[in-house]
Amino acid sequence: MNGRQIMTADEIRRATVRISHEIVEKQAGTDGLALVGIQRRGVPLARRIADAIAEHEGVRIPVGALDITFYRDDLSVIAQQPVVKGTDLPFDLNGRTVVLVDDVLYTGRTIRAAMDALVDFGRPQAIRLAVLVDRGHRELPIRADHVGKNVPTSREERVRVHLEELDGEDGVVIERAAPVAAAEPVA
Amino acid sequence: MSVAVPDGRTAGAIDDSIEADVAAGAGDPSVPIGDAGSEAARVVVSVPRVDDAPETQGIGWPHRHLLDLDVVTWPEIELVMRTTDAMKEVLARPIPKVPALRGRAVTILFYEASTRTRVSFEVAAKNLSADVVNIAAATSSVTKGESLIDTVRTVEALGADLLVIRHGTSGAPYLAAQHFGGGVLNGGDGWHAHPTQALLDLYTMRARLPGGSLAGRKVVILGDVMHSRVARSNIWALTAAGADLWLCGPSTLLRGFEAWAKAGATAGRTFTVTSDVADALRDADVVMALRIQQERMEGGLLPSLREYAARYGLTRARLANAKPDALVMHPGPMNEGVEIAPDVATMDRSVITDQVSNGVAVRMALLYLMAGVRTGAAKSGASVAFGPAGRNEAPA
Repeated sequence: MNGRQIMTADEIRRATVRISHEIVEKQAGTDGLALVGIQRRGVPLARRIADAIAEHEGVRIPVGALDITFYRDDLSVIAQQPVVKGTDLPFDLNGRTVVLVDDVLYTGRTIRAAMDALVDFGRPQAIRLAVLVDRGHRELPIRADHVGKNVPTSREERVRVHLEELDGEDGVVIERAAPVAAAEPVA
Repeated sequence: MSVAVPDGRTAGAIDDSIEADVAAGAGDPSVPIGDAGSEAARVVVSVPRVDDAPETQGIGWPHRHLLDLDVVTWPEIELVMRTTDAMKEVLARPIPKVPALRGRAVTILFYEASTRTRVSFEVAAKNLSADVVNIAAATSSVTKGESLIDTVRTVEALGADLLVIRHGTSGAPYLAAQHFGGGVLNGGDGWHAHPTQALLDLYTMRARLPGGSLAGRKVVILGDVMHSRVARSNIWALTAAGADLWLCGPSTLLRGFEAWAKAGATAGRTFTVTSDVADALRDADVVMALRIQQERMEGGLLPSLREYAARYGLTRARLANAKPDALVMHPGPMNEGVEIAPDVATMDRSVITDQVSNGVAVRMALLYLMAGVRTGAAKSGASVAFGPAGRNEAPA
């Protein structure tokens, strides 16, 4: 990992466990709870939170995956259509409390798109938001209910979350954004 | 029409956490995500699983127009197949509609009769929230003598971003592409090409064949090959997929294909041409019957339809030569009792209705991918030129 490390693997684990407790506490139990990870890194995070809840509550709450590609508000301005990674919501949303899970909260546009996508599947009783890192710079009136770590950043910086399931190791780093033209693979 | 996009990241770009996924690939489409499969009722059935894909295998869709598959590479075809998986998931939703193409205008300009292709494009565009205009040549100013070029310019002036065109003359969409500022999709031109049909055929075969691959599978296209744009586009798609492709029909309806087969579709991609139907069907994995296109047929090619049906019609008896679970396909419309027996068309292993329903998803995928190309070209300067020299150059 290049760049300045702001969360270690242990810190990610502790934040995930704390969020899992907060979610259950806020709901006063696990009834009607569901976790929906936003592709891609929200999905393994949602599974980890569900695992943590299973450990301390003894209940497995359903986990879904949401791809927001078709709901992005910048499809007409970005260079190329994003690759679609698939949506799977293996439960009925109606009446449930759905906790959206994502790795980094930034402009809020991803979450706006995710909420639009979610309501196409039904009418949840409530939608909440859990993120591993809140880096500020919101462009929409959106805030997270559960935050792993608040990190002040500048717009020129890039926050990269690495998760073992996708990247082989856990960790969060901040780096200066690469020049725009470079078509490098980034998280 | 063209909206130039200033270079660099726009202020409104979504969080960079997903910006990056532009280049990410996708993986095995069959494994469900999550471990709550037993919970409540499943809302969504088909699930492209993509978690395990390496993020760096990025491949984009570079083609401003889709006129035929001769210039489309295999990785690009696989991108269409993966995007189609995602569209199948959208179609399985309670509300099968997403806002991806909101504000985009799609014009469907058909100079030839069509039910499934035209409706399929229209449904696909509407499922993506595009605005759709349908023009049937028979009720347009074409009847007053307006030329194809003028019609295309008019359509553009009226605000179309994408043009789907079907025309009786081979090559007409290429001419349209030279005069249209947006992207052109060929919905079938003369005898020449029908690329969306070939892609939906490929998608249907991959979905139904064990293993999901065409590599080494024997695919037989049986019937009026000479007049068939479906066969010609399928030659490109199926040889790219590595299928063992056979074209079969009376020799009068295979004219010109022997030479093509001898040369190969393109380097290293070969297919077989024969008039021996038993030889063609032996151990086949897929049999696709083609309609006898009487409206395009000159005299003297066939003694009679009865004789054709007797010697080349796809019957249960002939199908017995193929593998026991061989798929039966037909691009439609069918003339039952001529190129295909009615009981064969409705057999369990007939995937003819799958072809129609997959057509919507494939066309959604293509509209989605192509809608991203224009701004991409403007932004990155990437070349959109393709095909033999001089055909469809990039816009100035």
